[in-house]
Amino acid sequence: MKYVLLICDDETKSPTMAEIAADPAYQEYDAEVNRRGASLGGARLRPAAAATTVRVRDGETLVSDGPFAETKDVVGGIDIIECADLDEALALAALHPYARHGCVEVRPVWE
Amino acid sequence: MTEPDEVRVAVAAAYRDEWGQVVATLIGLTGNWDLAEDCAQDAFTAALATWPRDGIPGRPGAWLTTTARHRAMDRLRRDSTAAAKVRGLAVLERNPVEPRTEEIPDERLRLIFTCCHPALPFPARVALTLRTLAGLSTGEIAKAFLTGEPAMAQRIVRAKRKITEAGIPYRVPPAELLPQRLTSVLAVLYLIFNEGYGDEDGRRSLAAEGIHLARVLVRLLPAEPEARGLLALMLLLEARRESRIDDGVLVTLEDQDRSRWDHALIAEGVATLDEALAVRRAGPYQVQAAIAACHATAPDAAATDWPQIAARYDELARLAPSPVVDLNRAVAIAMADGIAAGLALVDELAESGKLEGYYLLPATRADLLRRAGRRREAAESYEAALELVPTEAERRYLTARLNSL
Repeated sequence: MKYVLLICDDETKSPTMAEIAADPAYQEYDAEVNRRGASLGGARLRPAAAATTVRVRDGETLVSDGPFAETKDVVGGIDIIECADLDEALALAALHPYARHGCVEVRPVWE
Repeated sequence: MTEPDEVRVAVAAAYRDEWGQVVATLIGLTGNWDLAEDCAQDAFTAALATWPRDGIPGRPGAWLTTTARHRAMDRLRRDSTAAAKVRGLAVLERNPVEPRTEEIPDERLRLIFTCCHPALPFPARVALTLRTLAGLSTGEIAKAFLTGEPAMAQRIVRAKRKITEAGIPYRVPPAELLPQRLTSVLAVLYLIFNEGYGDEDGRRSLAAEGIHLARVLVRLLPAEPEARGLLALMLLLEARRESRIDDGVLVTLEDQDRSRWDHALIAEGVATLDEALAVRRAGPYQVQAAIAACHATAPDAAATDWPQIAARYDELARLAPSPVVDLNRAVAIAMADGIAAGLALVDELAESGKLEGYYLLPATRADLLRRAGRRREAAESYEAALELVPTEAERRYLTARLNSL
């Protein structure tokens, strides 16, 4: 079985990558995941304010700012892609079949 | 020596004409929006200091861009992490900088499209366009949109952060994206114009900014008929601004003093529209401009070509369907084919519930009922409209109508 963990919070705190790496609780979690050899990859995402959501309806690509929240949609999977810029990511997101009935939220990875 | 007044006038003119170009070029070179704005500001400050001594340069825009670029170099040199960017700038520096002859490519188009990217919230697109392209201060923008300055500053900061963090490209979109992205640019410019249009005084400069930006867009995208259509629409609406409100009371098109319309603007609007239509690629702004031109060129209200206006609204309803367009179409049909036909359409719209809470629905209904001589029903509709009316000038107009029944 493979699982995806969707790490959620309300963004009231926004620690730096260095702060997270220095956090003993996170180190403990990371060590345990590695000990089990469980990690298949992962990423920290930029805040929801940097999100862009794509829908395709009747062949037309609709781009809106922000996350997909406040809809009945729920996360059903993730793809991690490498692109030159947001427009390229939006073009790929619009090609995903789920964009035609659900939506695809594009979130930059925290690098 | 150049007279201080002359310099002040020249710097003010350069600010209006060149600010967006200077910022756009600096963003292109450094990728840093804040740095670009700061260095542009420095360049204008330097102009105020040195032009009285050295004289006003032949090409102020080139002088300002070169000065701002030097500032950016200085600042980036101090910041070692930006070494790569400095190398990029240095390459440009090695090319002979001859401000008076050098052709600086117009970067404003990249700036316009980036400011109006659909991944930004709409209000942020408007604020960012006014700040970076038109050079309005955050305080001026906040005042125009009746928002506090800290909130507006926050909106602009967030938008810039999103551009960087989400990787919104700084470019003119490729052909396949252009129509969709242009729609967003036109909507932003039209909103800027409209925010200033309805107002009696304070925010009037926004309408001028809207027209200025539309002119820039037409120059940069000469082959796009919708950009011209938007400019034509703005000019034709602007032409009758002065006669829209009299003594604080709204004056409807029918009752406006047409001798007070700006006939030079009407002529320019009609000519601009003709250039757009010659491309033969219809769009909603061209159609709206055509409707405005029908009104603007009618010698008096009775001579208005209502059948043509009704046909244009049919076209608009196909190109950009909306219940507001349907309401306007109903009025045109009432005037062209008889009040009963128009009223039937208005009642249909009312039943659909699509314009719930929109004061022009009962106000339009009231006006048609008044024309049909159905006074009691007209009074009811005027009262319903008065519950919803947003501005004082319109409230006074509706009250006067109600009282004259």
